[in-house]
Amino acid sequence: MCNQTVCLVAAELERQGISTVVIQLLRNVAEKVHPPRALFVPFKHGYPLDAPGDPARQAAVIEAALKMLEDPALTAPALRDYLAK
Amino acid sequence: MGDTSEFSLTVRLFLKGYPWRKIDPVPWTPLKKPLSQCRLALVSSAGFVVPGQQPFDESFKGGDPSFREIPANCQTKTLLETHRSESFDHTGMQQDPNLAFPIDRICELATAGRIGSVNHRHLSCMGSITAPGRLIVNTAPPAAKLLVEDGVDVALLVPV
Repeated sequence: MCNQTVCLVAAELERQGISTVVIQLLRNVAEKVHPPRALFVPFKHGYPLDAPGDPARQAAVIEAALKMLEDPALTAPALRDYLAK
Repeated sequence: MGDTSEFSLTVRLFLKGYPWRKIDPVPWTPLKKPLSQCRLALVSSAGFVVPGQQPFDESFKGGDPSFREIPANCQTKTLLETHRSESFDHTGMQQDPNLAFPIDRICELATAGRIGSVNHRHLSCMGSITAPGRLIVNTAPPAAKLLVEDGVDVALLVPV
């Protein structure tokens, strides 16, 4: 349910003029709920930014999310897969 | 791999029949300026609170729809995770809250100039909300308004 919750909060933030990107751990939830921008990550629940105690891997996920905010070609709803290095 | 195979049969059956809330129309706010000039806020559904704050209420029928404000200058190691779901492994984010509330990572981004600034407060909620009507109508709008009043430009939202 966490995946849906952040999608719904993102929608409200966008309605109020804040650009958002959500991490998603279940691709099918993003496909059904339609958050404005979603980055699907292939990690297990509880590990949305990949690995505890590993700043580089966490930062890599965040950077991929930020790039979605910067991509002028995206349209709503935008869903991208994170490709872990 | 994040898929429903991690969950118990009971949870999988619940999710299979769950009426997901489709956002329609999908709101869209394009980035108005370079990220290097944007103020960023976090929203995490991991149920983190700072010491002294009321924990999220797992007994709330349909899921606790409330929010907590997490100050940007919080001590990351002192964040208390009050998400009670038994459907996932909590040990990673208990070991390192940045895994689901990456406050240290976004401070590093601000220092590096990748983003303009880190907002002085962030939002925490407890994601196990099966009946999200109160979240949509009652709690998310005023929570979002706080960030608007702060001049936040972009938000990164992290589930668990």
